[in-house]
Amino acid sequence: MIKTLQENFRIILRYGLLGSVIALYLTTIGIVETFAQRNLVGTSVSLGHVFLVFGAVGAGFLVTRAMKEHSASIAAAASFITGMITSILLIILTLVIQVFVIQAAGQERVFELRSMFVNLSPSLVEFLTFGQGLVLGNLLFALFSGLMGLIGSSFVLLPENWRRAWINSLIWVLGLGLFSENVAQIVRELFSSSLNKVLFTNKALNPVAAIVIFVITFAIGYFGINKKTRAKWEQMPESRRKRGRTVLIVLSVVFLLVLPWTVGLFLSQALFIIGLYVMMGLGLNIVVGYAGLLDLGYVAFFAFGAYTMGILTSTGPLGRSDLTFWTALPFAVLVGVIWGLLLGFPVLRMRGDYLAIVTLGFGEIIRILALSNWLAPLEGGAQGVLHIPHPKIFGFAMDSPQSMYYLVVLGAVLAAFVTIRLRDSRLGRQWMAMREDEDVAEAMGINLVQTKLLAFAIGAAFSAMSGAIFAARLGNIFPHSFNILISINALSLIIVGGMGSIPGVVVGALILVGLPEMLREFAEYRLLMYGILLIVMMLVKPEGFLPEATRKRELRSGKEQFSDQVARSES
Amino acid sequence: MSKRLFAVLSVLMVAGMILTACGPKAATFECTDAIGCVDIAPDEPIHIAYMLTISGATAFLGEDSSGAIEIAIDDRGGKLLGHDILLTGEDSGCSAEGGQTAATKVAADPTIVGVIGTNCSSAATAALDTISAAGLVMLSPSNTAPALTIEGQTWKPGYYRICHTDLFQGAVAAEFAYNELGARTAATIHDGSPYADQLQQVFAKRFIELGGKVTFQGAVNVGDTDMRTILTTVASDSPDVLYFPIFEPEGDFIVAQSSEIAGLENTTLMGADGLLADSFPENAGPNVVGMYLSGPYVTGAAYDEFLAKWDAKFGGVPPSGFHAFAYDGTNILLDAIEKVAVVDEDGTVHIGRQALRDSISALGSYTGLTGKLDCTDKDFGELGTSHGDCATGGALGVFQITEAELNGAWPPAAVYTPGE
Amino acid sequence: MLKRYIERFSWVDFLLKLFQVLALAAIVIGIFNTLSVARYSSDQWVTLIFAGLAQGSIYALIALGYTLVYGILLMINFAHGDVYMAGAFTSVFLADSFALSGFLASHPVLAILILLLVAVTVSMVLNVIVERVAYRPLRGAPRLVPLITAIGASFTIEYTFRGLYGAEFHAYPTVPALSGIINIAGYEIPRVQIVVLVAAVVLMLGLYFFVERTKIGKAMRAVSEDKEVARLMGINVDKVIMITFAVGGALAGAAGVFNGLFRPQGVFFFMGFIPGIKAFTAAVLGGIGNVPGAMVGGLFLGVFEAVGPNLILEGLGIPAVNQLRDAFAFTLLVIILIFRPQGIFGERLAEKKA
Repeated sequence: MIKTLQENFRIILRYGLLGSVIALYLTTIGIVETFAQRNLVGTSVSLGHVFLVFGAVGAGFLVTRAMKEHSASIAAAASFITGMITSILLIILTLVIQVFVIQAAGQERVFELRSMFVNLSPSLVEFLTFGQGLVLGNLLFALFSGLMGLIGSSFVLLPENWRRAWINSLIWVLGLGLFSENVAQIVRELFSSSLNKVLFTNKALNPVAAIVIFVITFAIGYFGINKKTRAKWEQMPESRRKRGRTVLIVLSVVFLLVLPWTVGLFLSQALFIIGLYVMMGLGLNIVVGYAGLLDLGYVAFFAFGAYTMGILTSTGPLGRSDLTFWTALPFAVLVGVIWGLLLGFPVLRMRGDYLAIVTLGFGEIIRILALSNWLAPLEGGAQGVLHIPHPKIFGFAMDSPQSMYYLVVLGAVLAAFVTIRLRDSRLGRQWMAMREDEDVAEAMGINLVQTKLLAFAIGAAFSAMSGAIFAARLGNIFPHSFNILISINALSLIIVGGMGSIPGVVVGALILVGLPEMLREFAEYRLLMYGILLIVMMLVKPEGFLPEATRKRELRSGKEQFSDQVARSES
Repeated sequence: MSKRLFAVLSVLMVAGMILTACGPKAATFECTDAIGCVDIAPDEPIHIAYMLTISGATAFLGEDSSGAIEIAIDDRGGKLLGHDILLTGEDSGCSAEGGQTAATKVAADPTIVGVIGTNCSSAATAALDTISAAGLVMLSPSNTAPALTIEGQTWKPGYYRICHTDLFQGAVAAEFAYNELGARTAATIHDGSPYADQLQQVFAKRFIELGGKVTFQGAVNVGDTDMRTILTTVASDSPDVLYFPIFEPEGDFIVAQSSEIAGLENTTLMGADGLLADSFPENAGPNVVGMYLSGPYVTGAAYDEFLAKWDAKFGGVPPSGFHAFAYDGTNILLDAIEKVAVVDEDGTVHIGRQALRDSISALGSYTGLTGKLDCTDKDFGELGTSHGDCATGGALGVFQITEAELNGAWPPAAVYTPGE
Repeated sequence: MLKRYIERFSWVDFLLKLFQVLALAAIVIGIFNTLSVARYSSDQWVTLIFAGLAQGSIYALIALGYTLVYGILLMINFAHGDVYMAGAFTSVFLADSFALSGFLASHPVLAILILLLVAVTVSMVLNVIVERVAYRPLRGAPRLVPLITAIGASFTIEYTFRGLYGAEFHAYPTVPALSGIINIAGYEIPRVQIVVLVAAVVLMLGLYFFVERTKIGKAMRAVSEDKEVARLMGINVDKVIMITFAVGGALAGAAGVFNGLFRPQGVFFFMGFIPGIKAFTAAVLGGIGNVPGAMVGGLFLGVFEAVGPNLILEGLGIPAVNQLRDAFAFTLLVIILIFRPQGIFGERLAEKKA
């Protein structure tokens, strides 16, 4: 056994050091200590711990997978050693802090380590060494990391049933702890606050509740209920499956309708925002996904929609008319379309990345103009447009996120309907032809000017519509709300979801808009997570989560492979 | 197999229900409050929240306020009426949508009694609907937009503000410039934030009222680094005073680059509380010596004690100037809770939400770190009636930065305090 | 002749031409009005132009990183501005301690060289890591996919450095040896601006020779022409791409220190975003993928930003013109791209490939 381990030492070392670098990274950027007080289960397992052991568990997992051909005991031993190795850099870190921060305190120095690396605090050493002093604490930490390596290996080594059950229950318990605030809201809304108290104390899962949930989810995972129902489903005759599907659709419509009343105020607001981005994503999908025009300034039309709604309906001094939300909405969309045409016009002759930077510029130009003193008499400048009334329906003011949710779902369904109809129309095919090759498309008699402008205009319409709804929900709008982040978010979600695919847009919005809303307590680390999420998801699924069926087919066909090769050799 | 599992599940469900039912017996208290009560069982904490800007470029404002809130809670040993005080923090950012989302999250939790927040007025404007409808009270340490407390404008019941508005600060800055510095011409620069824009407007208006002349009202963008262009324009009129109530780092650039521009030699630089941060003099460099900053002026033994507590808890000095308002706001909230709470024999606490609002609205004379506060309704003449505007304008001053601040001393000494 | 012209007439071209004419007319009127009012002296204009040139040379150095990568991979390295931030942010701490210890005053050249070395190394390594992690696994993926990972990398770098070094603003110390003014033809120009401009131009010329004259430069050009053929010729394409990213990162790191020398304030984790976008604009202005184009584009953009708002917008009677500077720069980009869709120096070929 020793011999095999020695032979594989390079692998062990490599993964161990990788895990160590990850652990060091997470610790020095402060995420470990920041969340050391945020308990997930009881008062023993905190989010900080999860981040701390991430490297060790991951390294243990990778090493075990790499040594699959060896026996389980060898792989387990290897993962333990790997885990211990991952602690090396953090142990060095504790020593560095001891020497350069703790002992250097109070001395006049030209260079203070902590003024550069702000998170290297004495309390960090305390956390890393379990408060046991440097020597014993670091030994304990190394041992602890080794054990975490073993946990990593358990994801590979356990027998199928046990592994599924183990992973299943881990995900559930940690997930419930992580999303405790959101779960608590649903529990409160559906059941009672007392059940909530049984489950959570101060955001953390109660130990007893955690054990109960662990057991239940373990059982579900062990007996493989999910898999069995799926297998049963697949065995059903086609007619029953068809009926089943109808039932499923009806159920999901009902689900969508009752959803806001079961999840509480905050999650309804999150759903509302997700809905806004779905609407925007569907519009941008036409421009980027179908017509192949890379638009980085999509927020401009969102702003036009919002400002049109604001100026037309505001009861404040900037209000220009007595229109209501419903009568102003068509104007907002119309303004979006007109500006889609106007801004689409100068870029008709530009291609690819020239288009990207110019549209990005348009987004910024619109934001800066909205902010400017120059146009302030018209639309408020830095002071924004205030007093935008909520939409009213039959005398009932839609002032809650729940009621606005329905509006936004309606809008998204409309956008999806229009998108599907357009995709299958002559225009849709023209867009796709243009996306593949502009010159060939033109040679085939497609009017590029008309086709491009229509793509810009229709895409802008949806963006403007969601902007108008955004303004009505918010009640007051400021130029700062219309920054480039919105364009980036909309673009990212359609690509993460799978370009050109309508369910993909929904999935993308849920991941890239919904998840950050649920994890609001990450505060300054939220965008870091977002960035890492974007990279990881693209690496794992470059084609997106739910790629468009036709596109998937194209990607597999020989013709596409050929053109892919051509593209690759060109680039 | 799945039958067995079902059996296990149902047993657990029943067990859960029994556990739930075994909770404390409902008290006999009957809530008569118009907008409801918060009931706190003997073993539960009294729950308050803050909505501040914790992430992004303005995070220093949030840190400044949240630290003060924590100190105010520590001062009571973390307890109120025998219950622990639980503080939940939400990030409202410095934007309307951030404020609204944070508000829905706070409003969704029925155990929360009151909120300290927000930092930015745009966040408050969007949050107020939700917060007010949920029956909460919200006390802001740093919303300076006047409209927030004016009836018929963006004010909503339940909203209170501890700090002074732009109307106070802009006027004080203008009066200082005109009367004390003897300035007759002035130029202003804002950075596109509603706060800076409003402040320079008030400044300009007051300065003209006093008889001065405003030569130029310009603006830069957040993220700009080259101020030579705008400074050249300012210099072409050589004004006596340049007022730029903006933030770091744009303020740093203006100060640093001002010495390179011919024509600004006799122009006095003036900033506002956005630059009243201990990092500012060092970053902006030697040109800061002699420049003036308007901002919250807090002094006295109690305040020194507060600063000592801050140093002990967080190290150093608060990163901005609004901490004292946050501290006073938290105390007003906790005092009011204490006052209106009905305590049962077993220690259960009932807090009427309207009663809490009424209690704060009736607060005519409260002495805090920031001097005398008066939260009752006031008549603001042509502006209308104001509700819950607690500041009396006493806690405002103008500070001058000297060599000492450049070398690390903080805060600077006040040279003008109209309230005294 | 006339008939043929009418046949080829398209209303799109007509409207685009009309837009150009109107834009040009506005610019001319603006300049004429401003100059006739004579609010600013020629001294002031010259000061602004030199400040603009120094700023432009920093844009140019960053733009070169965009353009090199674009030339080879046809992708926008959205994270490049943050690579610039990484170098500038890291060496600000070192600069601070140099200033405290008096080293900066006693050995300015050596101190600045060390700062440059640190910043260049950090940015170089970071850019190579970004390429390795976020771009290399996606060779051959649809073109928008690396754009999204680049956006992800940009966020990751920004908030990693925020976590590492904190959110506070920092400032470079002033270098005594670089302060003061130089008299050029009667105009007083701050010495640091001249030094930065000259150093940046030297670096750019160095890069030009590196690309045009060295073996690696030749390999880079070969890879940008045709990766497959280059591979067949025995060029290690991955290695060449890595070197390209390293060179781009190094230039960005140097730009970070130069920026710190002449505009010391505002060093923080988000400082790379706007220069990044500006530099990309400069690269597109010059014709993306084209090395001299990026240099000229950067300098042009810097000068234009410095004088444009006062010179043109003020003459048109617009209030608070400095606020509109970025909007105006982008408008200029649109106008120029309507004239020349491939940028100032771009070849027709670039358009075809893009």
